[in-house]
Amino acid sequence: MSVVTIERKVLEKNDEIARKNRELFARHGVFVCNVVSSPGAGKTSILERALEHLAGRLKVAVIEGDVQTDLDAQRVARYHVPAVQIVTAGGCHLEANLVRDALASLDLSQISLLIIENVGNLVCPSNYDLGEELKIVVASTTEGDDKPLKYPAMFRNASVLIINKIDLLPYIPCDITKLRANALQINPSLQVFETSCTTGSGIPAFCDWLVSRCSTLAGR
Amino acid sequence: MGTTRDSAQENARMHELSIAQSIIEIVNEHVPTGDGASVKTVRLTVGQMAGVVVDSLEFCFVAITQGTPLEGARLEISSIPLRARCASCGKESEIEPTLFACPLCGERELTITGGRELQINEIELYDAEAPA
Repeated sequence: MSVVTIERKVLEKNDEIARKNRELFARHGVFVCNVVSSPGAGKTSILERALEHLAGRLKVAVIEGDVQTDLDAQRVARYHVPAVQIVTAGGCHLEANLVRDALASLDLSQISLLIIENVGNLVCPSNYDLGEELKIVVASTTEGDDKPLKYPAMFRNASVLIINKIDLLPYIPCDITKLRANALQINPSLQVFETSCTTGSGIPAFCDWLVSRCSTLAGR
Repeated sequence: MGTTRDSAQENARMHELSIAQSIIEIVNEHVPTGDGASVKTVRLTVGQMAGVVVDSLEFCFVAITQGTPLEGARLEISSIPLRARCASCGKESEIEPTLFACPLCGERELTITGGRELQINEIELYDAEAPA
């Protein structure tokens, strides 16, 4: 019986493409966020509200990942930003090569912020590095306050938590203090924003943070 | 109007399937014939926080190796618990993924030292003269 030693990371190919994506972003000084959440948490709505606020302040482009349809890219393109839709045709997450291919449709020298909206899923996207600077996880109040405990890997790997749909808090049994505490228990360094896309609450603070991160990057 | 880019059809339908495909690609690079026909066992390390459901991975591996030279090869998976080093007491311990606190002193600032692995360690081949 012969044994062949391999000792290779299963996702090495993805990691290598992600590394190249990251190099490309650095060369063009583009700040890149990978936005993840379960389906329906409000990723696209947050993006729409943010794009309104960022008009004239930042040059933004968006990559939309969905299992089917280009509906999200259509929604985002209304804000006059370059938007590329990746249709994964059933795939539950974006991979670095899909992002690399989508970049062919974008002029990175003309943008300072690239937002990648991943496929709605709190499990699979945490495995796949896309070359982003950081992950933003969105948890909506309607999903319950125990979400971070159920999906610890995603909350641990993210740098930012957006708690969305806070306007619904008076009507639902979600304890936002508990939600925040559960998330910080998994990852004490999470930066937390609380938003409502209906009232617009919290969106300016999130946008100010994006602008400041982009200027920090530009100053490097 | 946004631009649409359809991803390749071979893109996996669930990520364990995608992972199983990556495993097969890597294995085939390491067998003399390149077709995996001589592979008896594939030994993997999967961390507790690698985001992989072991049952799903085994199911997907069996499903996509059917009718290929790798059919019948067995996945042997060693699970690695989540481990972290404490910023306060400096000790390394096994960590509860939903708690993320040092079990010795309660400190919350931890550096993960294990549990995120997703690696192919080795493959075991049938002897050339006596294939199954």
